[in-house]
Amino acid sequence: MSALELSAAIRSKEIAVVEAVSAYVESAKQNKHNAFITLNEEYALKQAATVQKRIDGGEVQTPLVGVPIAVKDNISTAGTETTCASKMLSGYKPIFSATAVEKAEQAGMIVIGKLNMDEFAMGGSSETGAYGAVKNPYDVSRVAGGSSGGSAAAVAAGEIPLTLGSDTGGSIRQPCSFCGVTGIKPTYGAVSRYGLIAYASSLDQIGTIGRNIDDCAALLSIISGADSKDSTCIIDKGFEFPEKSAESNGLKSLRIGLPRNYFKKGIESQVKEAVLKAAEELGQAGAVVEEFVMPYMDYTVHAYYIIACAEASSNLSRYDGLKYGYRSGSARTLSEVYRLSRSEGFGLEVKRRIMLGSFVLSSGYYDSYYKKALQTRAMIKSAYDELFKRFDLIISPVAPTTAYKIGENISDPMKMYMGDIYTVSVNLAGLPAVSLPCGFDENGLPVGFQLIGDSFSELKLIKAARVYQQRTGFHNMLATEFAAERERS
Amino acid sequence: MKYEVVIGLEVHAELSTGSKIFCGCSTEFGGEPNTRVCPVCAGMPGTLPRLNRAVIDYAVRLGLALNCEITRRCKFDRKNYFYPDLPKAYQVSQLYLPICRDGSLEIESDSGMKTITIREIHMEEDAGKLIHEGGETYMDFNRCGVPLLEIVTQPDFRNADEVNAYLEKLREILKYLEICDCKMQEGSLRADVNLSVRRRFGESGEPEEYGVRTEMKNLNSFKAISRAIEYESQRQIELIESGGTVIQETRRWDDEKGESHGMRSKEDAQDYRYFPEPDLLPLEIDEEWLERIRANLPELAHLKRERYIGEYKLSAAEAAILTEHKNISDLFEAVTRESGSPIESARLLLGEVMRLMNTTNTLPEDLKLDPSKLSYLIRQVEGGKINRDALKQATEAVFVSNAEPADYIAENQLEMLSDDTLIAEKAQSVIDANPGAVEDYHNGKTKAFGFLMGQVMKQLAGSGNPEIAKRLLLELLQKT
Repeated sequence: MSALELSAAIRSKEIAVVEAVSAYVESAKQNKHNAFITLNEEYALKQAATVQKRIDGGEVQTPLVGVPIAVKDNISTAGTETTCASKMLSGYKPIFSATAVEKAEQAGMIVIGKLNMDEFAMGGSSETGAYGAVKNPYDVSRVAGGSSGGSAAAVAAGEIPLTLGSDTGGSIRQPCSFCGVTGIKPTYGAVSRYGLIAYASSLDQIGTIGRNIDDCAALLSIISGADSKDSTCIIDKGFEFPEKSAESNGLKSLRIGLPRNYFKKGIESQVKEAVLKAAEELGQAGAVVEEFVMPYMDYTVHAYYIIACAEASSNLSRYDGLKYGYRSGSARTLSEVYRLSRSEGFGLEVKRRIMLGSFVLSSGYYDSYYKKALQTRAMIKSAYDELFKRFDLIISPVAPTTAYKIGENISDPMKMYMGDIYTVSVNLAGLPAVSLPCGFDENGLPVGFQLIGDSFSELKLIKAARVYQQRTGFHNMLATEFAAERERS
Repeated sequence: MKYEVVIGLEVHAELSTGSKIFCGCSTEFGGEPNTRVCPVCAGMPGTLPRLNRAVIDYAVRLGLALNCEITRRCKFDRKNYFYPDLPKAYQVSQLYLPICRDGSLEIESDSGMKTITIREIHMEEDAGKLIHEGGETYMDFNRCGVPLLEIVTQPDFRNADEVNAYLEKLREILKYLEICDCKMQEGSLRADVNLSVRRRFGESGEPEEYGVRTEMKNLNSFKAISRAIEYESQRQIELIESGGTVIQETRRWDDEKGESHGMRSKEDAQDYRYFPEPDLLPLEIDEEWLERIRANLPELAHLKRERYIGEYKLSAAEAAILTEHKNISDLFEAVTRESGSPIESARLLLGEVMRLMNTTNTLPEDLKLDPSKLSYLIRQVEGGKINRDALKQATEAVFVSNAEPADYIAENQLEMLSDDTLIAEKAQSVIDANPGAVEDYHNGKTKAFGFLMGQVMKQLAGSGNPEIAKRLLLELLQKT
């Protein structure tokens, strides 16, 4: 049952909110994939009762009312521990909720818990957090992707119908691809970042993960919109996505660009095949698919890591052991409080990125690294501007591979970073993208592809995604059902 | 060998906007620790700044007053460093595109007129305070996020006199613009002094290149600044004379001991890793916005002075004193407006009011006088209802107890005697009693008239109308 169907059943009184919430809390409790860090059962049940009253009183009739959701642990939830999967923030309970969470709750959704991730969203495998690796529901020996690994895995496993994640360099799209679920990374400035604990402020964006594009779009329309607390949230008002019927024309006259050079090297052949097949499917639905060469491909990952780490080094400086979170027990002096708390509180990958970011900003290096990266970013942005004069959308792989084994790549940061090659340019240019399942490799692991649109072209993206999902069934699968099916055959 | 002292100033002015630069918290001084704090100014994870546009207005106001170029598209940058009073571990400031650049301020000191170049004015947030108590250190974040303007000059000063003249003038402008209350003791105006010395060869000899400079902090009064400049110039000169070299460092002034101490040298100087603040969009100041600020710019002191001299016919000295503090010039203008007499208004304020301020130790900013009461009294003098002694007495009553002038005059019978018969009677008796003086008068000794006039006024117990007394005395003398 999709989130929209669940809410419809709740509104027609077939299912009580409390029933729905308890059922998901029970499944989340087992935490088979280590997707949850915190489960807030008491709060969720109390909320469920309140929402039921609001429904019964006719106060709230939103399309997702009564639906339980879970949010990535870098999104603040008032009174509920928000740790960013870091020892540094263990025990930290914010006194306010993120705007996105507030909006979801106002719309009658119930936040049952917080989802596992890479520490401070730094990583592509959800292995770097203090609470252990998230397991891929399709194969528990493999990673779920990251950094929103918990958000994708929980949906794929049917532990929750819908989640919030965040995407700084692919952190929604890549775990969706690894876990066979659907996700939207909105345009930078479409969803308020207030309450999202910053990794890289100019790239971070909250987005939605669910079982199909309609669920994701419905939640996006709730959480998007201007917010006086975030001046970079430049959208006027939240998205409104019209009902499904609008897609009866298929994708007639939609121009889709296919970056030829994305398929040359470094990509697994089965991933390549599945993505090209998706392009073909879109062509059959009426779109005109045309190849082009994506410029600056060799510089994208470098520019991304310089900018993201530079911002991270500053954003994470506030964790100094003085005000909240972790403080080293052996610190005696002020400089020891700083040094030991940060040495002990942060994990390896976070420290690596802080070091890298501090280096590229330091005097004497700023011009040759950070400034160059900003110039590259501007070039990438204008390249996309040119491309969107030719194309409505761009189709691309999400990741060069399917989910790899837990521990397989963790000691090879360069390999991990290159895994972001298809996703990071979207964040550098602030563009929206959707990640959609498009098949399985020989090991039965999901493959995803992404559609990228021009700024604030979410509606166009969602329409195309709907058509694709109307014509294919990859997204309808839950990992558990898939496994059972494989067993039978 | 002669030495030239070279000084540049960095002045921090806390802006008197009602709320902080990036959140809605109050900027009021003091308060119980951590009571004027919210998640944003406390730098809690996930919070974001939102710019208080009044800060831009204030910054542009000062920029225009100091003849600066206004940066039409300016940005904020982060200055990163660890310190417990800085909860985000970075200060939002401006490095690359400060809001105002290339301004100037003309000063007058003992060494004459001089133009000081303002290199830049930038906006930034203040940090909190550390409280040391009983061996413990506590953090108070009330001041976090209070908006500051940092006004940076070129190294244009050559002595403490010039520095003081500049600071006085800058303070006057800040107060006239009503953007800073300039209370040095509360830290709302703070100055850091950058100082170096260099040798001069002969009277008109070319100076050397700039010497190595030190930066002095913790200067909490004009006097401390003068003393610190004196101390630091001497220290550097003596160091060089004894064969040593000045090292680039930050020094802390200890006003009690009258000396400064090195805090950190260039070697341990921090690398602030400045970069553009990604949480705030670049700011566009369009023509319309700029014009609106320009149109609302108050008249500054130097323009007021010109007007007082030209329009009101006051002397340069009178105009200078009246414009030294905005509160005084506001009062002067209000009294002038209501009384219609700038000369009398100036005379009253510069005389009796300032005398009363002195004897009661009233600071200009604390002066509260009802201009309509003062102008009423001036009109009474001009209309011949009271004399100048009564004016002084009534002004004091207004100053001390905010008395109602009409009631006060009536209760104390200050109204002048204007009864011709009575005054003539007294005048005649004076003439009768002083035949010698009368004779002198008729012999052309003008002094004698003054004496007789004084006697008449004495007879009238000081409350006689001098105009009438003079007329009647003259008439009676003609008959004698």
